[in-house]
Amino acid sequence: MSRGTLIDLIYLVSATTFLVALKGLGSPKHARAGNMIAASGMLLAVVATFFRYVGGRTVNNVNVGSHPLHHVLLILLGIFIGAIVAVPVARFVKMTAMPQLVAIFNGVGGGAACLVSITEFIHIKSTHPATYVTLEVLLGVLIGTVSFAGSAIAFAKLQELMTGRPVTYPGQQVINGIIGAVALVLIVTILVNGSTVLLWVLLALAFVLGIAFVLPIGGADVPVLISLLNAFTGLAVAASGFTLGSNLLIIAGTLVGASGILLTRMMSAAMGRSLSNVLFSAFGSNITASGATEREDGRSVRSGSAEDIAVLLSYASRVVIIPGYGLAVAQGQHVLRELAEMIEAKGIEVFYAIHPVAGRMPGHMNVLLAEANVPYEQLIEMDEANSELQTADVALVVGANDTVNPAAMDDKSSPIYGMPIIRADLAENVIFLKRSMRPGFAGIENELLYNPKTLLVFGDAKDTLTKVVAGVKAMA
Amino acid sequence: MGNALLQYATILVLTAFVGTEIIAKVPSILHTPLMSGSNAIHGVILVGSMLILGSANTNLEEVLGFLAVILGTLNVVGGFVVTDRMLEMFKSKSPAPRKAQSEEVAQ
Repeated sequence: MSRGTLIDLIYLVSATTFLVALKGLGSPKHARAGNMIAASGMLLAVVATFFRYVGGRTVNNVNVGSHPLHHVLLILLGIFIGAIVAVPVARFVKMTAMPQLVAIFNGVGGGAACLVSITEFIHIKSTHPATYVTLEVLLGVLIGTVSFAGSAIAFAKLQELMTGRPVTYPGQQVINGIIGAVALVLIVTILVNGSTVLLWVLLALAFVLGIAFVLPIGGADVPVLISLLNAFTGLAVAASGFTLGSNLLIIAGTLVGASGILLTRMMSAAMGRSLSNVLFSAFGSNITASGATEREDGRSVRSGSAEDIAVLLSYASRVVIIPGYGLAVAQGQHVLRELAEMIEAKGIEVFYAIHPVAGRMPGHMNVLLAEANVPYEQLIEMDEANSELQTADVALVVGANDTVNPAAMDDKSSPIYGMPIIRADLAENVIFLKRSMRPGFAGIENELLYNPKTLLVFGDAKDTLTKVVAGVKAMA
Repeated sequence: MGNALLQYATILVLTAFVGTEIIAKVPSILHTPLMSGSNAIHGVILVGSMLILGSANTNLEEVLGFLAVILGTLNVVGGFVVTDRMLEMFKSKSPAPRKAQSEEVAQ
């Protein structure tokens, strides 16, 4: 067996591990093993690549003029630099910052795909490549750059380096359409004349397009966007694979592209919305105005203190806790678990009701609570939670808002109409721990706050919970 | 249009179908780890970056290729480590005794 065939065989093994890994990631039991399998497959592919011969031309089915990899030391240095930056960042960034971390690691992948396509174009330009080869390069550059720039903006939004709200301006869709059309004209022109200068112009334009595409997407929709950009990077990698003639890149890239698009659709479905609604409706940008007029009704809310919560909890027999991202921001998960254990010791049943999109990504809340040592068996999913809530004495909403908003069920004009919610309103008493009356992440007024059976306690979730713990202790 | 292109297109079409089938029934709690895991998989662009730098002839190609290797490594290493950290959270708790219980009930 020749060296080339052997390496191709190793690549086939790697591609298979990616398939197995993706399958494993879909089941709780095999997810971690799946990730490990993919990592091993990746390591195998990278090591094998060091032994590859590159370049040369095929003459009568025989490759002539190929050589081992140049710049091996430079490659090792690049890998070293990347690894010493990535490992500490990935290991030690707080779990609440997980979504932006995924965004940034996705973005650099898109950037790498774009660079690979450009460099290959410069490399083969003198050989006057076929039109379809140029097209593959241009697609790689366009998609990779959009993913890179888009991920950077998504990162900035989640990291609160800029407003998390949708950024809109007049004629936004028209302007985006024009940018897209110009990019298309550029692509056709480059296909005809093969100009490298125009390729750089296309690169700059794709950068602007990526930013403009992401700006109007805000709030709770950013995770869906990251999933889409993840699929984009996959497609950019597949395009690079076409250019380089690499089956491995085509398989891995297409796999991520196809599954990523399906995952994106599943995530928007969990919010009761369509993907195009997520991408193009600038969701939540014009809500504040209507919220303000509603408040002019002069309706009042009932607010209370931490001691009131302690009393309500102590005399309950069944409590359902509904955590949201606000809890994680306040770093209150540990105190919450302490409180839950305390009232459980009094013989009170406690559950945590987890909405599919609680936190900033689907499943994010499970990760955050698991980190705080909340027992796995106390976490219940939405459907089970809603049947428990019918007989619950207290629904304790900590830092959640949109996921318990009844407007999703009965207000057809509400942007979140149709999203499945946790029915906190079914419980005998509802306690809201909130920082302020400000609407939630999606920017929508919540009717439940004005419900007579709702008790609002303002303040930092962690501080309030600490006081509640003291209150419950005092009553024992 | 070469045979190679047709072969690549075949792989693309078949893989696209496999990619959508393989994740069709994923519980929503695993959406985030799945996204993060597939994020790491497209880090395979590192292999492409190595090939590019390994065949670079000019300074420009070397600089671009070197950058691509760094970015690709960030994607691969960061992606896998973050995913593992997420999944570790699910595992470290007491699902094992719980499973044991439910099995006893089943019997």
